[in-house]
Amino acid sequence: MKLTSEEVRHIALLARVGMTDQEIQVMRDQLSNTLDHFQSLQEVETEGVEPTGHAADVTSIMREDRLETSGDRADFLAGVPRREGDLVRVRPVLD
Amino acid sequence: MSVDVTKLTAHDASRLLASGDTSALELTQATIERISSVEHLTGSFVTITDDLALEQADQADTRLGLGPSPTLTGIPMQLKDNIVTKDVLTTCSSKMLKDFVPPYNSTVAAKLFDQNAVLVGKGNLDEFAMGSSTENSAFHPTHNPWDISRVPGGSSGGPAAAVASGEAVYALGSDTGGSIRQPAALCGVVGLKPTYGLVSRYGLIAFASSLDQIGPLTKDVTDCALVLSAIAGHDPKDSTSIDTEAPDYTDLLTGDIKGLRVGVPKEYFVEGIDPGVGEVVNKAIDVLSGLGATVDETSLPHTPHAMAVYYIVAPSEASANLARYDGVKYGYSTEAPGTMWEALEHTRQEGFGPEVKRRIMLGTYALSAGYYDAYYKKAQQVRTLIRQEFNEVFEKFDVLVSPTSPSVAFKIGEKAHDPYTMYLNDIFTQPANIAGIPAISVPAGLSEGLPVGLQLMASHLKEDTLLQTAYAYEQATDWHTLHPDL
Repeated sequence: MKLTSEEVRHIALLARVGMTDQEIQVMRDQLSNTLDHFQSLQEVETEGVEPTGHAADVTSIMREDRLETSGDRADFLAGVPRREGDLVRVRPVLD
Repeated sequence: MSVDVTKLTAHDASRLLASGDTSALELTQATIERISSVEHLTGSFVTITDDLALEQADQADTRLGLGPSPTLTGIPMQLKDNIVTKDVLTTCSSKMLKDFVPPYNSTVAAKLFDQNAVLVGKGNLDEFAMGSSTENSAFHPTHNPWDISRVPGGSSGGPAAAVASGEAVYALGSDTGGSIRQPAALCGVVGLKPTYGLVSRYGLIAFASSLDQIGPLTKDVTDCALVLSAIAGHDPKDSTSIDTEAPDYTDLLTGDIKGLRVGVPKEYFVEGIDPGVGEVVNKAIDVLSGLGATVDETSLPHTPHAMAVYYIVAPSEASANLARYDGVKYGYSTEAPGTMWEALEHTRQEGFGPEVKRRIMLGTYALSAGYYDAYYKKAQQVRTLIRQEFNEVFEKFDVLVSPTSPSVAFKIGEKAHDPYTMYLNDIFTQPANIAGIPAISVPAGLSEGLPVGLQLMASHLKEDTLLQTAYAYEQATDWHTLHPDL
């Protein structure tokens, strides 16, 4: 399983992780190597086997719809990197 | 009276506090002194909260003075730094969260604080709990107290090293593929990954949500039962929390395992295990047999595929969970100029370390169009087969035994160059996370002068059987009384 630099660049874009050309190369080799080891999974017969998404057999949990305080607004805002008053400042979405 | 905290268990500390032979303040001061004398050797902590600890100790003493108090009142402990603590820095050992002060407490922290437990600090880990050596911490590596040129294991390397070196009486870690049990084994302490859903994950910074579970690292099995009793139970804030009443696990420890059916899965005794580790584990199996358990070989044929399943499922979930780090709501935010998209890429490029990026990339790939069926769906199907296999085997056996880790603690830097070699550390611990079953590692002896862990696995919610077996083994041996000479 040999990934190309182009494929790795595409995944980095999907993951929104910036990478230098050198990082792309290292990542390409390491990911290719790791994926090689996963090929053995293809040998397992899984025709008709349901996928398991979760370790516990839980279904949708319902609760009463009622108002509760989950924390202090000022505490939550305190961690915001860029603020103006009580507003969260974001970067321009369009160029 | 002055207390030697290096070997002190929580159950002994509780007795000393109840009788008035020591105070929470004395105990906490002694622990802080121990931290100042050995922390430069171990690097177990990201943050030391000595002022808070002394304040909490004072409150604990007030409570103890009023009469019988909960067992963990006044006892100094450490929490892994991915367990959020209100007003106390919680970094996940990542640059991304290096200044993050959570506005709320995790459920486990709240439960311990309700007992007036004393927090001495936050434990080092591999960044976002991704790793098996604690070398991936963005701040500093942790060193194994048995030999400081070696790793403590990971990702809960800080908690394991802190308990082994007496910098905390006990600690809480988290285990996604072995992150409690493997460092417990490498540092010679007890580490338990409970059944998925037994302990609330509310306030555990998410890595892989279908695998993550919080559990105790302690000096012996009684402490493990004690701490588990304090943190287990249903939590409406975690929708995967099991709606069950957790018993007092300490009541169940009698040491009698006559007639217990012990299975030895042959896939866990393969080439690649250090001969010294194999020898120690085989002797441990003889001990269980000598205690009246019936021991038979068994087979879990899909075990060799567990690692591929794990390294597809965990990174896939991680890639989704870590999408929240955008530099807007909280955490690190780049100084670089640019649009929202550019800033997002810079923030994540600068904020995440190499292993976290590798896993995000791996997961994004496995979930991407064209590869989803071949990787993610396939892994989930094999996960079903692994679960079914465990269910079938647990019809014939109460407990399964294996080594916790294929080797003893390795040298710092020895495996850091090759991600795949590092991933092999957790081959025996990942299956329990995949199946959601409980598993414990207990000290079982030394190889080359370094600790070896015995892993016991049981069926869903059979923590009682697991702890009973571990306790019986511990009573019959004295490995848990060995401590590093630090």
